[in-house]
Amino acid sequence: MEGFVLNLLNGLSWGMLLFLISVGLTTVFGVMGILNFAHGSFYMLGAYFCLEIMKYFNSFWIGLIVAPLFVAILGFIIEKTLLNKIYARDVIFQLLLTFAILLILDDSVRFIWGPGYHVINPPDILSGSVKVFTHSYPVYRFFLIILGPVVAVILWGFFHFTKAGKIIRAVASDREMAEGVGLNAPLVFSLVFAFGCWLAGLGGALASPIESVAPSMGEKIIIESFIVVVIGGMGSFPGAFIGALILGLVESFGTNLIGEIQMAIPYLVLAIILLVKPTGLFGKKIA
Amino acid sequence: MKKVFIFLLILFFLFLPKISSEYWTFIAIEVLIMGFFAMSFNLLMGYSGLLSFGHAGFFGVGAYTTAILLQHGFNSLFLILLIAIIVSLICSVVIGYLSVRQDEIYFAMITLGFGMMLYTIAHNWTDFTGGSDGLPLMNEPILNLFGKKISLISPENLYFFTFVIVFIGILILWKIINSPFGLILKGMRENKNRLNFSGGNISSIRLFAFTISGTLSGVAGFLFCLFSSMATPDFLHWSFSAKPVIMSILGGAWNFYGPMVGAAIFFALEQFIKMYTDNWMIFLGILLIPITILFPKGVLGTIYDYAKKRYNSKS
Repeated sequence: MEGFVLNLLNGLSWGMLLFLISVGLTTVFGVMGILNFAHGSFYMLGAYFCLEIMKYFNSFWIGLIVAPLFVAILGFIIEKTLLNKIYARDVIFQLLLTFAILLILDDSVRFIWGPGYHVINPPDILSGSVKVFTHSYPVYRFFLIILGPVVAVILWGFFHFTKAGKIIRAVASDREMAEGVGLNAPLVFSLVFAFGCWLAGLGGALASPIESVAPSMGEKIIIESFIVVVIGGMGSFPGAFIGALILGLVESFGTNLIGEIQMAIPYLVLAIILLVKPTGLFGKKIA
Repeated sequence: MKKVFIFLLILFFLFLPKISSEYWTFIAIEVLIMGFFAMSFNLLMGYSGLLSFGHAGFFGVGAYTTAILLQHGFNSLFLILLIAIIVSLICSVVIGYLSVRQDEIYFAMITLGFGMMLYTIAHNWTDFTGGSDGLPLMNEPILNLFGKKISLISPENLYFFTFVIVFIGILILWKIINSPFGLILKGMRENKNRLNFSGGNISSIRLFAFTISGTLSGVAGFLFCLFSSMATPDFLHWSFSAKPVIMSILGGAWNFYGPMVGAAIFFALEQFIKMYTDNWMIFLGILLIPITILFPKGVLGTIYDYAKKRYNSKS
């Protein structure tokens, strides 16, 4: 029972982080049709920016608010200068371009901050632990578990009830038609990409107290969020949430059940979902 | 004219180790192997319109099969090659079956995922694969050719061995692309619905192409393992999968030999940049940006089109 609860908590907190990353990835894909290989690098940048900001202000909260903004600004610039040149082109060029951005960002981080690990402490209010049966469990992970659904509800409300959200959905479903009624689609694209980067940066800053901050942190999460997005259905918002929960929980329970081959579990989940439903759980049928 | 050119090219490759230093022989071996890898990959991308981002997985499966068998005392290289082919064939069929029902980005993501699955196995199954350190070749690979024992430690011998295998592999690719099946592949790339209407079974055609491509990538991995005297998880990483993609784009994915030319350009760039800096990856990224933005048909393809246009407008 105790092991079960701990696994559940671990799975939920990791799942919520995965959700934050995947929802940015899937939104950018849904609106712009671009699969951003560099999304994990923006996540990593969020953590490093947070680390850097904390050096000056010594406050995790300031880092958490400011770091994702810097990531978003960088994303905006990248979309304006590079990505907007290749929307009409073959998928391969889009993937290669975001891959190039990934190479540059990852190596720059390694160059600037070094290849080693950095540790960020959670803020005082969240640094304690709660007793779960006989174990003490970090408060910070509870914070993540609560924050995930809150962000999900806010995002869902944003897309469905605000004007900006409706504009984004309009551009996503038919760009020409949206431009025809006077919407500024290029600006929407830039802002959506910046928003996706902001979510990635937020995820990175939030992850920094529980994951060690290192140049390789983007790579682990980008592969897993690809899996989340495929099993949830590309471009689907509820798919990202459910997919992230499934993957987080399966991974966390898998550590106990199987031991050594646990790292292969995400891929087994991927294979099973693809066999049962090739378009993903919430994916639309692709013609 | 074309035949003469190809003949001269083959002649050049045959005499290359005689006229060049050991260093360049090594480079030539690597270019041959990686070019062959890229050509196998391009059967999918250039000829079938499927962008796989997990081909390093099959490449690595071939390499690890070779390393593991050699470590366990197998001494017939032909037997090892055969087993490497069978293992990478099985992996290609299974992963292909799960991937080919999707298109474009979805296909790229799914192959990427499964490629990384193979990477994870190589990286974590320490007892079997040596973990992150990889598997070094403990025993000298010896080719037993009609009772004559040839050591492949010598660069010249390894070069000829690689050349022969790559030559046969390219011949197989050539035969496939110029067969009715090759025409079907191109038809699928151009318009898959029309092919579907005229009775083609898209999934099984794709799966067949995927299997050939994956298996030949495994053969490239077999050669690469002999070349680098080890198999490491890096061979299966998705950044390794990006190499054949970049090579095909550099040389031109719509030309049969394009990926091989691309491999040569790639290595020339790599050698050149590494003379000045260790941060090769960042420069690769910086180089890729203009390549993707300015050359819509690949580097050589775009230059060729441009030259043709200039020529036509003059005459």
